[in-house]
Amino acid sequence: MTGIYLDNNATTRVDPLVLAEMLPLFTEQFGNPSSMHGFGAAVGGKVEWARQQVQALLGAAHDSEIVFTSGGTESDNTAILSTLEAFPKKREIITSVVEHPAVLALCEYLEKKRGYTVHRIPVDGKGNLDTDAYDRALSENVAIVSIMWANNETGTLFPVEELARKARAAGALFHTDAVQAVGKIPMRLADSAIDLLSLSGHKLHAPKGIGALYVKRGTRFRPMMRGGHQERSRRAGTENAPGIVGLGAAAELALHHMADENTRVRALRDRLERGLLAAIPNCFVTGNPDNRLPNTCNIAFEFIEGEAILLLLNEHGIAASSGSACTSGSLEPSHVMRAMGVPYTAAHGATRFSLSRDTTDAEIDTVIKVMPGIIARLRALSPYWAGAEKAPREFAPVYS
Amino acid sequence: MWNYTDKVKEHFFNPKNAGVLDDANAVGEVGSISCGDALKLMLKVNPDTEVIEDARFQTFGCGSAIASSSALTELIIGRTVEEALRLTNRDIADYLGGLPPEKMHCSVMGAEALHAAIAAYKGEEWADDHEEGELVCKCFGVDAAMIERAVTVNNLSTLEEVTHYTKAGGSCQTCHEKIEEVLETVLARAGKEMGASRAPAAGLVGLDAIKPLAPKAPAPATAGKMTNVQRMQAIMLAIEEIRPQIQRDGGDVELVDIDGKDIYVRLSGACSGCSQSAGTMMGVQMKLVEKLGEFVRVKPASLMPAGV
Ligand SMILES: Cc1ncc(COP(=O)(O)O)c(C=O)c1O
Ligand code: FES
Repeated sequence: MTGIYLDNNATTRVDPLVLAEMLPLFTEQFGNPSSMHGFGAAVGGKVEWARQQVQALLGAAHDSEIVFTSGGTESDNTAILSTLEAFPKKREIITSVVEHPAVLALCEYLEKKRGYTVHRIPVDGKGNLDTDAYDRALSENVAIVSIMWANNETGTLFPVEELARKARAAGALFHTDAVQAVGKIPMRLADSAIDLLSLSGHKLHAPKGIGALYVKRGTRFRPMMRGGHQERSRRAGTENAPGIVGLGAAAELALHHMADENTRVRALRDRLERGLLAAIPNCFVTGNPDNRLPNTCNIAFEFIEGEAILLLLNEHGIAASSGSACTSGSLEPSHVMRAMGVPYTAAHGATRFSLSRDTTDAEIDTVIKVMPGIIARLRALSPYWAGAEKAPREFAPVYS
Repeated sequence: MWNYTDKVKEHFFNPKNAGVLDDANAVGEVGSISCGDALKLMLKVNPDTEVIEDARFQTFGCGSAIASSSALTELIIGRTVEEALRLTNRDIADYLGGLPPEKMHCSVMGAEALHAAIAAYKGEEWADDHEEGELVCKCFGVDAAMIERAVTVNNLSTLEEVTHYTKAGGSCQTCHEKIEEVLETVLARAGKEMGASRAPAAGLVGLDAIKPLAPKAPAPATAGKMTNVQRMQAIMLAIEEIRPQIQRDGGDVELVDIDGKDIYVRLSGACSGCSQSAGTMMGVQMKLVEKLGEFVRVKPASLMPAGV
């Protein structure tokens, strides 16, 4: 596939340097890291090096705090289930309304089938967490708080450090789904109150199916996978050695490119956003424009539907994503758009562009050039557009 | 990514009859912007002949909603009102070469708009102009009449199918019980029973539009026609062909038995017991599959069932 790939929050391209690090582990260094021979030792050494690479990206105090998993979903599930098992008397969970399904669906299950009380903290129109509601929900009955670092749809950042300190004061463990944040913003977990953190390889130019859970030293932990003694018995099963080595290399590269992400990529994103807002009437940025990931831009277009936008973008070789009902197979727009109260005239037309270090100036130019035509074409088909009040610039949506 | 047929894509990328019809004398509007799709159908009906001379649409919705609207106008232009009334959502879906099951509601929206427009033309009250309270599904504004039409026309028998076709029940789910009641009543009238949920939506998913995977290499002409003896000879021949290669590595392979799709061989020499023997077996298997044009499994003779 060639084209303009602006769907990096869904997944990223494996960096060729990452792939090169991985390849020998399939056919040459294929030993089992636990084995007592040279084949095993060679691989074991690489796995430990990868652990240190991930440790460096997270700014963690110890490499033993990194547990390799199969990805974000497993890390999220492990963090929550482990904590509940470790603190059986505490029967409450705090999370937010805008989490990824990897957290939300698990919490719903725990609520319905296991009798836990789940507090889902709401957000305001810009996707900011209602910290008063958070303070009220915290108590000694709460086993775990699971609140994401960055939202996958809007890129909006939550003040996880402050939330984690409050959780600690209340005697709860704090987990953050940092799948979208890791590699895009600097972190120093050594100086943080965050106890558990999830990350996923395929969001940072490593392959799919590899991830990690950070477990701060001293945190009570109960494994979800029981079996062999791999990962210090915290995650049994023969290590996905090629994936782990890939994740390590990707972590190192992410550190290397961090400055680029926060300068060049951010500038590209801002230019894309300004270009679209200036050229297209009746659209607006969702989430908090002043506090979000440098690579993400989510714009809601009034009176048209997201899937139709994506199909037309695809004709130009442009890949983006939408929180519209129709793209997800559900019948409602995304829970994130609904949670923010994005007006229903535009919730179905929310479109996410997520850039990466591979994104170029020329690609952004193309999107700015073709997007107004696509929007105009769909609006011409829409029964609502002709009668709508036109707001060429400074469109102010009315949130419900 | 949805698997849309070429016809759906054609009608989405180049919709026919899109826009406003200035001299329309019948308009039907269904859906709403909060529900995620809406269609305004405008007709110009000749009062003398009752022929629909022109039709235009405006649609807010996804690719298949726009394609269904376009298909609808193509289906009705030139027909009389009575003929058009006989069209169902099925006709729209068929015209498009099928729609994914989750998207069938787009074709239903088309049929509903048509009925609404014709009702308006005749000066009748459209059944969808229900009072508050008559709605079965409040989230998507679906009443019993619409569910009944969808069930009858498309032979639906499960709650899940009703959701795919009408959207009813696809949000808060509080209406599921009411939907099942309607479904039961309609089915009972037809002498049928409600099916367990998750039954596949038969026939309408456009599977016919999905081409079977082309085989990588043409199967040998003999495939399927071989007698048992021919097949055995082909297997022996294939093994003879690979032997030299294995012998070069200091091993050997010998055919022991053929049991249907399981072919038992014995590896000897350098191959037996070495870590590569599984790889050798795989190589033999690939060769046999290629020669026979059918799938067989090559297994070590040690795995032969007792008594064979
Ligand atoms: C915020 C967030 N959490 C979790 C996940 C799931 O990660 P994975 O696909 O590695 O299981 C994703 C990716 O879709 C995500 O964006
Ligand atoms: S009333 Fe039917 S889904 Fe909510």
